[in-house]
Amino acid sequence: MRYRHLSLIIGLILGIMATLIVIPMFEPQDQFPMGATTGTLPSAGVPLPKPTASNYAVATNQKSTLQVVLEKGYVQCGVSQGLPGFSNPDDRGDWRGIDVDVCRAVAAAVLGDARRVKFTALSAKERFTALQSGEIDILSRNTTWTLTRDTSLGLDFIGVTYYDGQGFLVRKESGIKSVYELKGAAVCTNTGTTTELNVADFFRTNNIPYQIVAFEKSDEVIAAYDAGRCDAYTTDASGLYAERLKLTNIDEHIVLPELISKEPLGPVVRQGDDQWADIARWSLNALIGAEELGLTQKNVRSFLKSENPEVRRFLGVESSFGESLGLQNDWALNIVSQVGNYGESFERNLGKETRLGIERGLNAQWNEGGLMYAPPVR
Amino acid sequence: MPSFIQNLLSNRTARGYLTQLIVLLGVAWLGWMMFDNVATNLRQQNIASGLSFLEEEAGFGISQTLVEYSEQSSYGQALWVGLLNTLLCALLGIFFASILGFSIGVARLSPNWLVAKLAATYVDLLRNVPLLLQIFFWYFAVLRSLPGPEASFELADSFFMNTRGIFVPSLVMEGYGGLVAGCMVLGAVFGWLVAHALEKRHAVRPIWLGKTMLAPGVGLVFGLFATLIFVGVPAVDYPHLDGFNFVGGLGIIPEFTALTLALSLYTAAFIAEIVRAGIQSVDRGQVEASQALGLSSRQELKLVVIPQALRVIIPPLTSQYLNLTKNSSLAVAIGYPDLVSVFSGTVLNQTGQAVEVIAITMAVYLILSLSTSFLMNIYNARMQLVTR
Repeated sequence: MRYRHLSLIIGLILGIMATLIVIPMFEPQDQFPMGATTGTLPSAGVPLPKPTASNYAVATNQKSTLQVVLEKGYVQCGVSQGLPGFSNPDDRGDWRGIDVDVCRAVAAAVLGDARRVKFTALSAKERFTALQSGEIDILSRNTTWTLTRDTSLGLDFIGVTYYDGQGFLVRKESGIKSVYELKGAAVCTNTGTTTELNVADFFRTNNIPYQIVAFEKSDEVIAAYDAGRCDAYTTDASGLYAERLKLTNIDEHIVLPELISKEPLGPVVRQGDDQWADIARWSLNALIGAEELGLTQKNVRSFLKSENPEVRRFLGVESSFGESLGLQNDWALNIVSQVGNYGESFERNLGKETRLGIERGLNAQWNEGGLMYAPPVR
Repeated sequence: MPSFIQNLLSNRTARGYLTQLIVLLGVAWLGWMMFDNVATNLRQQNIASGLSFLEEEAGFGISQTLVEYSEQSSYGQALWVGLLNTLLCALLGIFFASILGFSIGVARLSPNWLVAKLAATYVDLLRNVPLLLQIFFWYFAVLRSLPGPEASFELADSFFMNTRGIFVPSLVMEGYGGLVAGCMVLGAVFGWLVAHALEKRHAVRPIWLGKTMLAPGVGLVFGLFATLIFVGVPAVDYPHLDGFNFVGGLGIIPEFTALTLALSLYTAAFIAEIVRAGIQSVDRGQVEASQALGLSSRQELKLVVIPQALRVIIPPLTSQYLNLTKNSSLAVAIGYPDLVSVFSGTVLNQTGQAVEVIAITMAVYLILSLSTSFLMNIYNARMQLVTR
């Protein structure tokens, strides 16, 4: 009789297992076709109806994110645990960075005040769950836009804040000049990132043996690299420039010239709330568009009397594009006057005047050789 | 009919069953509600669900794999690799922690002042520093004091130690490794049975005929013969530097060393206290009686004190073993690819299926813990006082 409870416990375990097996049976099929995105996609040719705001409204009686944000009076924004230039608290505890500015732009557009943002610092592992569960309204955390994340996670990427690529940091004394010389190298990186997969793809395709050592937090990755556990440290190139600052002796390390992947980093919102996605998308577009139109934080008010119809529409002097988004017509004016334009944010956080000293490169405006291109406001 | 129900309610046994049934239904309903709630919410938020992801290609590398694994393997195989890494660390940790814990526990009771105080200091120091800090300490202390692969510490050109790990020569088993290991286990069991039979027949035996010597001894002999039969004289694979790292031989990564070391040392401090308490719980009269019977101090410890102390030691020892197994999940902090790091870390992130991944991880730890307590309970039952 000593093990009388054991059968009960084993029963419970079997119950849990059975539950897990039963879950697939409840996989959404007919009424929610967009949900079945992993493995069970219908064959090509079967048209998939796009879920609209109304069909989402039928599915739940939850409040829209816009309503929630208006009611609580601030935007809850998911950021990194501290990546200089992207999202990092300054010496007064205020969050700074280009990712932070995107959230501030959304707050300026929705609430008319760029300061009404609360930040949640998230690890790479936690970020998507935090967004899915509604803990945050928008995730702006140097997150790479990939197909899986855009679909089966129930999330939507709304644009690109920064075009990045994955790079490698090595010790100068190792004499390595190229990624292709890293034969047998131990490579330190973060778990739960696209970098882990890119490294695997790259070394596999080029048939170079390697050993991956993956840590949960960036601080431990850089500490292990610094302690000599790894020959190379890999992450997004922008991250390398930022993390490099934490090394004991910065001059003893170099960033290798090759980038082995495309890493478009952008803000993410929950799938299914199209209005909120549009607001976030156009807040980012407004940042980028303002630079193209030559509007800056300082001069934007003087443009209110401009005769240029493009500028008049953008600033809400003409037509009512703000209302179409569910916002005030001066939404873009608020963004530019309180946050500035994309170029200003870039120079303030990442540019040559900062410790990071990153060139605009791919992140310049489209008419200046870059990829930043905002669709027109009309 | 009412009289039937009345009878049923006035019957104590029936009433008991009825309440239990109602509670059971309540629990089942609660479980169903939770499950349904999760399923509905996932569906509404368009988040993929189900276990089909386990068959998809993982696409990431793992630094320590005990079974065949490559980037093309599935998430299911990654789960298996992580689980085996956890098990390896837990089993070795339990082994070392037990040996060290027993030694220190006995040392604490030593009449020698220095030995007793050293043991007490060890316990106080190790028990009162958080485990995570100890893991970091061993990891970075070990790493920082070691040279790079080009300047390794080496012994006889075949044993190397550097920041990439410890590298030792290995035997080439040509795919018969599993078979040889099986023969060794078989031999160990055989040796144990022989020793057991001898124990029944002869009260006094030479030391090498005891279980502790005979079981591993016969196991080794069996393994040796199996190797000679299947492989012949096996070739030795020496580690050597190729590119940036050592290849060949057997490599032990520093994350594994640091984690096993930290877990063993930390848990040993607790086990030492349990052992000390167990030994002290044995009545002084027992010791005096055995001395009066003329038993040597070795016999006194082995035949009188330890069997009685074990009754007190085993139950709390079980929970220390469970703690060690669960604490091994701190591996993620130093990048050791255990179950939590690989499965509920990387896999969770690549697939985004948090509910399933966390549920599987929890179920695995639950099964591990329950199996450990089940085995320890059997051992405990054997050690209990037999009353007739």
